[in-house]
Amino acid sequence: MTDASMDNAAEGARRTISLYADDDLTRKRNAAEKRFQAYGIAAIAAGLFFLIVLLVSIVGSGVGAFQQTFITVPVYLDEAKLDKNGNRDVEDIKKVSTFGYNPLIEQAVFDKVTENGIATPLAKRGDMKALLSASAAAQVRDTVIANPDLIGQTVEFRILASSRVDGYLKGRVKREDVERDKNIDAEHLDLVDAFVASGVIQKQFNVDFILGADASESRPEQAGIGVAMLGSFFMMIVVLLLSLPIGVAASIYLEEFAPQNRWTDMIEVNISNLAAVPSIVFGILGLAVFIQFAHLPQSAPLVGGLVLTLMTLPTIIISTRASLKAVPPSIRDAALGVGASKMQAVFHHVLPLAMPGILTGTIIGLAQALGETAPLLLIGMVGYIATNYPGGIAEGFLSPNSAMPAQIYEWAKRADPAYYERAWGGIIILLVFLLTMNIIAIILRRRFERRW
Amino acid sequence: MYDTPNTERDVDQKEIKIEARGVQVFYGTTHAIKDVDVDIEDKTVTAFIGPSGCGKSTFLRCLNRMNDTIDICRVEGKIEIDGDDIYDKRVDPVQLRAKVGMVFQKPNPFPKSIYDNIAYGPRIHGLAKTKADLDEIVEKSLRRGAIWDEVKDRLHAPGTGLSGGQQQRLCIARAVATEPEVLLMDEPCSALDPIATAQVEELIDELRENYSVVIVTHSMQQAARVSQKTAFFHLGNLVEFGETGKIFTNPEDSRTESYITGRIG
Ligand SMILES: Nc1ncnc2c1ncn2[C@@H]1O[C@H](COP(=O)(O)OP(=O)(O)OP(=O)(O)O)[C@@H](O)[C@H]1O
Ligand SMILES: [Mg+2]
Repeated sequence: MTDASMDNAAEGARRTISLYADDDLTRKRNAAEKRFQAYGIAAIAAGLFFLIVLLVSIVGSGVGAFQQTFITVPVYLDEAKLDKNGNRDVEDIKKVSTFGYNPLIEQAVFDKVTENGIATPLAKRGDMKALLSASAAAQVRDTVIANPDLIGQTVEFRILASSRVDGYLKGRVKREDVERDKNIDAEHLDLVDAFVASGVIQKQFNVDFILGADASESRPEQAGIGVAMLGSFFMMIVVLLLSLPIGVAASIYLEEFAPQNRWTDMIEVNISNLAAVPSIVFGILGLAVFIQFAHLPQSAPLVGGLVLTLMTLPTIIISTRASLKAVPPSIRDAALGVGASKMQAVFHHVLPLAMPGILTGTIIGLAQALGETAPLLLIGMVGYIATNYPGGIAEGFLSPNSAMPAQIYEWAKRADPAYYERAWGGIIILLVFLLTMNIIAIILRRRFERRW
Repeated sequence: MYDTPNTERDVDQKEIKIEARGVQVFYGTTHAIKDVDVDIEDKTVTAFIGPSGCGKSTFLRCLNRMNDTIDICRVEGKIEIDGDDIYDKRVDPVQLRAKVGMVFQKPNPFPKSIYDNIAYGPRIHGLAKTKADLDEIVEKSLRRGAIWDEVKDRLHAPGTGLSGGQQQRLCIARAVATEPEVLLMDEPCSALDPIATAQVEELIDELRENYSVVIVTHSMQQAARVSQKTAFFHLGNLVEFGETGKIFTNPEDSRTESYITGRIG
């Protein structure tokens, strides 16, 4: 009785506070909630800020790599110099080295000076050399060898300008630096200005940066990421073909079939540990096992792919097991209850439901592998390696190649500042690939989830 | 107090479908079922009642070897269906489960269409040769599950989109689609409203014509309404087993009496 009356008293006392006024506890709670939300928003804002800074700086530094300075000139392919016998025999023409072509190209550029009436102290044909890429002669020679009938004609060529000229147009090479530069003089820059005005020199979109091969240290204007991209592609094929089936099979076995005992516990712990092993360790393992022991070729995408498979497997296994675990056990019971075997239950009901998670995990694993550089250092996939496209599928797997991130690292390492820009450009391409993969992951997930 | 059992129900001796002798079940060191002997008759509804945790589900799951999927579970003793020991080495549990269907406490339709939910069992057991056969099985099963009229226009809509009661009837239809001989039901109505419960109970009564049905229930009214035989479990022991009418009106064991009058449980 007394209890009841005390309760009533307490209730009566509480009633005196209006619902419109917050009591102290509520105020404190609301303040804490507001503070927490403010922290969250601040954290997200900070993250977004850094992301934007990162993107702006990447795009700002790298976008230049997609443009290149070209000199467009008509080159007279002098028969007396290129084909003395006049019989257009390819073997004879091949005897003329690039040195034989240089004077013709320089002459063509020099003619443009006179043609446009440009006043310049550079009075010799040889002075034009500084404007041209070292690759110019090879470009013209390749065209002639491919089509000997051009000899004797005047053919218009779009020739790469030297990296100094390119840098001048992109603002990388400044006039005040030129005094200390033995590759180019202020007079040349004046001439470049005049050529730009008359349209001989132009900045244009450079497909060869995306599709071309790496070039030697002294020819940054010629370097492209295409062959390294192909190397990455072949590695990703190896990774996908090996790690997806092995990873999914291992996870299904461990999650659905394996008995729970000390052995499976140990395997589980080891898989989790493997996911945390630094990638360079996988690199040295790959060097020891695949190259030194199994004698697979060095620098080959096959070996790179094998090493990256080892790295990707734990990621795939962990995410696959997590998504298998997330499938409600009642689905398994339902399938077993109508007389499905364990394997039927897994393959008909559990796996389809786990698919979005498995695919997401796989693509994230692949994206990680695509961006991985350290293990490639150890198996020789970094450096000036490929100059050409592989001749076929087998060669693609087995002939020395680099990979996109390794190529970027290699460029960033080189002395010529022109390579710095290309490194950033490479990063843009790599990011585009990663972004594409993530979008594919999202689309696949949506597609599979729509099947309830 | 409870609905008096229908006196018209035939309680005369029938063929024994399942014969359990000395069944013991252990979960690791937990002794969940202690030396249970029970005879389950053909074309009869047998109810398992008892307080929570007494081992009703455990024993039910022994009858179609669903306990095999629990690593730590160990079953001893002998359970015979039509004279075959189901724990014999030669018995394939998958084949057994096609013969002994099961409906679970929580409705668990596959996340597929209504049609595929029913068709799955017949498909994997090769019960239908043609698409027309399969269509027929699906229709027949859905009619048996008393849900045909509600879903016949949306057979290809997801089964998970049905209401809880409809899902449970779908699961019953799925269980009968494989033509089992025994149907095990673990609290099939615990998620259902009184109307759906009544429908399911009616259904169980119809199923009795063809199957031997074992139902676990917490509702004594339900046990009294649908079953002919009742088994009362307590702390892993089978305390009393007999005619439903007798258990509810004149139990022999004092524990049974306490339970049905609401003093323990
Ligand atoms: N998977 C399991 N692992 C370990 N112990 C279990 C497991 N399943 C059940 N048990 C134990 O076995 C005993 C019987 O459980 P069971 O589920 O059969 O009870 P029940 O009678 O069905 O109860 P309820 O009416 O609440 O469903 C309980 O003590 C329970 O803790
Ligand atoms: Mg239970």
